Amino acid sequence: MWFILTINSVTLGGLLFLLSAGFSLIFGLMRIPNLTHGSFFMLGGYLGVTLIRFGLNFWIAAILTALIMAAIGVTVERLLLRPLGGNAMQQVLLTLGLSFIIADLSLMIWTGDPVRVPTPPGLEGTASLFALQFPLYRLAVVGIAVIIAVGLWLMIERTRLGAMIRAGVDDAPMARVVGIRVSALFSVVFALGAALAGFAGLMAGPYLSIYPGLDSEMLPLALIVVILGGTNSLLGALVGSFIIGFLFNFGQVLFPNLAYVILFLPMLVILMFRPQGLFGRLT
Amino acid sequence: MPADALRFSGVDVYYGESHALHGVSFSVGEGRVLGLLGRNGAGKTTCMNTTVGLLQPRRGDIALFGESISRLGPEAISRKGIGLVPQGRRVFKRLTVRENLVVASRRLPGRQAPKWTLDTVLDEFPRLRERTSHYAGNLSGGEQQMLAIGRALISNPRVLLMDEPSEGLAPQIVAGVFATIAKLKSQGLSIVLVEQNPKLVIDIADDIVVLNSGSVVIAETTRSIHEKNIDVSRYLGVVSAEDAVS
Ligand SMILES: Nc1ncnc2c1ncn2[C@@H]1O[C@H](COP(=O)(O)OP(=O)(O)OP(=O)(O)O)[C@@H](O)[C@H]1O
Ligand SMILES: [Mg+2]
Repeated sequence: MWFILTINSVTLGGLLFLLSAGFSLIFGLMRIPNLTHGSFFMLGGYLGVTLIRFGLNFWIAAILTALIMAAIGVTVERLLLRPLGGNAMQQVLLTLGLSFIIADLSLMIWTGDPVRVPTPPGLEGTASLFALQFPLYRLAVVGIAVIIAVGLWLMIERTRLGAMIRAGVDDAPMARVVGIRVSALFSVVFALGAALAGFAGLMAGPYLSIYPGLDSEMLPLALIVVILGGTNSLLGALVGSFIIGFLFNFGQVLFPNLAYVILFLPMLVILMFRPQGLFGRLT
Repeated sequence: MPADALRFSGVDVYYGESHALHGVSFSVGEGRVLGLLGRNGAGKTTCMNTTVGLLQPRRGDIALFGESISRLGPEAISRKGIGLVPQGRRVFKRLTVRENLVVASRRLPGRQAPKWTLDTVLDEFPRLRERTSHYAGNLSGGEQQMLAIGRALISNPRVLLMDEPSEGLAPQIVAGVFATIAKLKSQGLSIVLVEQNPKLVIDIADDIVVLNSGSVVIAETTRSIHEKNIDVSRYLGVVSAEDAVS
């Protein structure tokens, strides 16, 4: 059992990273918690499974889902958030309202029954190593999360676009003064965040299945990850995701009545001693 | 008659209900250095931030070489050719020295070779060349000031605004910064130099504007300040007044 619990924890950690990396980027640059982020996750799962039902291969569906979600992200940012002109309270309320709308629309379209996503062919079984049985699909999820983490890190830390995003996070007005189109960066991070969240939603499908309420289960987890790991820190999001992955799975089994205490208590303790989070920097 | 490089015409700026600039007018001739003086809270930074588009004037106009820029956003104003070395330097702390410069550089319209590139900026400030991969937040104050100047120059501005570039720096470092300013002036760049201490600007500025409580109280050429023996210091901070006496 410990072994399966560990595998589940690491898998959840990988999924949470895909979810919270974008959440953290959006928060860092636009200074708003995107309360639609859990909805992007769920919507990605539903969209992906629909594409698969049309006969698409799982991986092609996953890539298409990410692209569609990126388009949805840009649309939300340009058409809905931008007209609010940086009024943070209004923007947050808008993302909250949008999450209700997406939840209702999803219920209409995909009904209230959990949707099972077939495990991609070739990854149904397990691989045995040291007398332990590793479920292949979950290993693949972790591998993909790690690859995306490295890719994101390279993008943020090693490209001119990434440097512009960091400049915007650091001092957005000054970034504009040196000629960086910060509002274009908002669209970029929103598209990226939505794409990653939606992609993660489909990845989660074969393991969690997709159901109404998945959005509001994932959003607080992303919030805790980012608060725990520290905003503006990809490494923080990565480490925070795996910590929460373990706490969530082990907490539910060991202290089923206290699962939420187990999740939130470490966050409170860390915030008391490091208000900026484990890897965050005070600005 | 050629248009001034930068012209303020009756500019009023508010922070909410608080009236920060009262009908401010002055102009910077092409290739000239204008020293903008005034004590704490006089409105110098407000002038700079309005010029670059971080604040919007409620009345009046700001023109760059005759073209109004007062309704544009900061990105557009930067592209029109205004560079700012902001008060407190405001380098991007989590970017390396090189990245601070690269994010601010861009292609110029047309085929002209830009004067300021990553290479020429690093030539100008050899200290920065030794530290291109250091994070800007880890630099000394003087190095951060060089970086802030380099970051403004790399966009190849037609007008350079410098908001208290001497603030918080040791005298020796200040001398270096002013040597750079003198060099830029000799290359024909139009510059607005904000300071609190008149002694720092009087040698280098062609024109002097003094702000007091958001209004222009003195606007003269440096020469006529000398000739008419105008007492600039009475509008400036206590420290500067003592400096002027000593
Ligand atoms: N963000 C703001 N909100 C409200 N009032 C402000 C703001 N920034 C400046 N002010 C006020 O506007 C006036 C002008 O301030 P400004 O920063 O332009 O002065 P300054 O001449 O640059 O002073 P210093 O030499 O201290 O930098 C001051 O009374 C200041 O209190
Ligand atoms: Mg100031």
